[in-house]
Amino acid sequence: MKKTLSYLALILLSLLFIAPLFWAITTALKSPQELYLFPPKWIPSVFRFSNFADAWNIQPFNLFLKNTLIVTLLSTLGQLVSCTLVAYGFARFEFKGRNLLFLIVLATMMIPWEVTMIPQYMEFNYLGWINTLKPLIVPSWFGSAYFIFLLRQFIMTLPRELDEAATIDGAGKLTVLMRVIVPLMGPSLILVAVFQMMNCWNDYLGPLIFLNDQTKYTLTLGLSQFKGMYGVDMQSIMAITCLISIPPLAIFFFAQRYIVGGIASTGIKG
Amino acid sequence: MAQTYLHPAREQSAALKALKKRRRGGAAPYLFIFPWIFGFLVFTLGPLLFSLVISFFDWPIVGKVTFIGLGNYVEMFTDDPLFWKSLMVTLKFAVLFVPLNIIVALGLAMLLNQKVRGSAIFRTAFYLPSVISGVALAMIWSWVYSGDYGILNYFLSIFGIQGPDWLNDTKWSLVAMVVASLWGQGSMMLIFLAGLKGIPKDLYESASIDGAGKLRQFVSVTVPMITPTILFNLITSIIAAFQQLTLALLLTGGGPMKATYFYAMYMYENAFKYFKMGYSAANAWFMFLIVLTLTFLVFKSSEAWVFYEGEMKRGPQKKPKPAKGGRVG
Repeated sequence: MKKTLSYLALILLSLLFIAPLFWAITTALKSPQELYLFPPKWIPSVFRFSNFADAWNIQPFNLFLKNTLIVTLLSTLGQLVSCTLVAYGFARFEFKGRNLLFLIVLATMMIPWEVTMIPQYMEFNYLGWINTLKPLIVPSWFGSAYFIFLLRQFIMTLPRELDEAATIDGAGKLTVLMRVIVPLMGPSLILVAVFQMMNCWNDYLGPLIFLNDQTKYTLTLGLSQFKGMYGVDMQSIMAITCLISIPPLAIFFFAQRYIVGGIASTGIKG
Repeated sequence: MAQTYLHPAREQSAALKALKKRRRGGAAPYLFIFPWIFGFLVFTLGPLLFSLVISFFDWPIVGKVTFIGLGNYVEMFTDDPLFWKSLMVTLKFAVLFVPLNIIVALGLAMLLNQKVRGSAIFRTAFYLPSVISGVALAMIWSWVYSGDYGILNYFLSIFGIQGPDWLNDTKWSLVAMVVASLWGQGSMMLIFLAGLKGIPKDLYESASIDGAGKLRQFVSVTVPMITPTILFNLITSIIAAFQQLTLALLLTGGGPMKATYFYAMYMYENAFKYFKMGYSAANAWFMFLIVLTLTFLVFKSSEAWVFYEGEMKRGPQKKPKPAKGGRVG
């Protein structure tokens, strides 16, 4: 009896969570005539798959896709390289000020982005980087607190004997990192890559503030400008919404077990 | 490592000592953490201090920069109804959103933590909305909330309720915003789920032997054991509430009648719509102080309600907490 109630609750609640997504997908497939009906139709009478291509061609979404890919790939690469180096530094060395510096790393997680947003904008403006993709890429090459923390925790779990064995064999510190540590960091590096790719792909405020020109837009920015544009109907908006949600959803399904474990570990040890 | 095997124990420990020394060694660690140090100075600390500095200036994006001391702060508190309005909107939002977010996430996590089949599927269903972009989320909800054609009002009409035009109704728009935000609670649920899974089963067993019912077990075992997780989620939720900007920009634009004019949006508009950089920096620092104060208060209060298992089990090994006014000897 109790189990039945739990199942009932789980099924109803998950329907509640899925319904808006489902509604978005079916809307994307509707013809304009079926769009504005009350009561609405859950399932369109004809599936208009051409809506996706039509919507994609209204604005230069191919260009937005290219920009998004550049930002996502370069910034993810940057996070992987920089955070690995920094995490290794914190995990494997004892040096003056280490604990204080690590505390500062953790503290920076508490600083709302809004506080540094304006000076960053002025800084990038001074460098002539506004309306380029650089502000969205370059900072990623200098590490981010959360990922450093995550990777450091992981490196700490690797036995030091491994490093020491390699050191005795004459390996330098960078070699130890590259040859011994990194090959063992697979799962945690995947986690960082997955989080960063999703954050970057989904980011809206960064592109909104740093980009002005349509040729530089990312997908999310392109979609946000879509609403209220002349001749853009709800099925086009939903079509683009669905399309740009596919990559994060795909990454999620592919890396689900890393993500679930990774998020879980932050709350407990954090 | 046959080599080490032959060494006498003492020699081996000497080798280890040498290794430890090398581990400490010189500039190498600083080289490794250099990217972070540089990034911290250039993208975090520098901007943080600079924003404090410009908050004392009248600093338009083009034009003359004038030092006005506390002028921006004075104007904010005494001569800017929008400041108070947006602060109130954000507080209202936080008061609704923070507790609901924790209740929903914890409730879902508890449902998932039971021994049910297909819990991975349900978990995915609850988490999926958190995967997509805030822009996509806003687009979907603006369509769900549509007064005339929205699926929500259709759903309500089945029960004979005439739903409002959610996003254009001053009474409902903020609530609509809270609900849309709750839809993306996924990571919090996962954190709770991990916390729940970490509770040792024998605690429940002994509780039920002592005759504790389900409710009693929840109050006396579950809640105390996950207080550290609640603390973490509480702080994250508070910060999230103050940073709410994407939804405001895309769902309502702050309207109707400024009913969803969040503090973050007020700040954003001062900077990037009116180009009052100094004033906006003052807004930002005030927000920073509020968030810091709230976090500090939550932490302070947590001494009374957060229970760390480690303090009991491994207490003596850890550095003992100094008693009030006392010293660690």
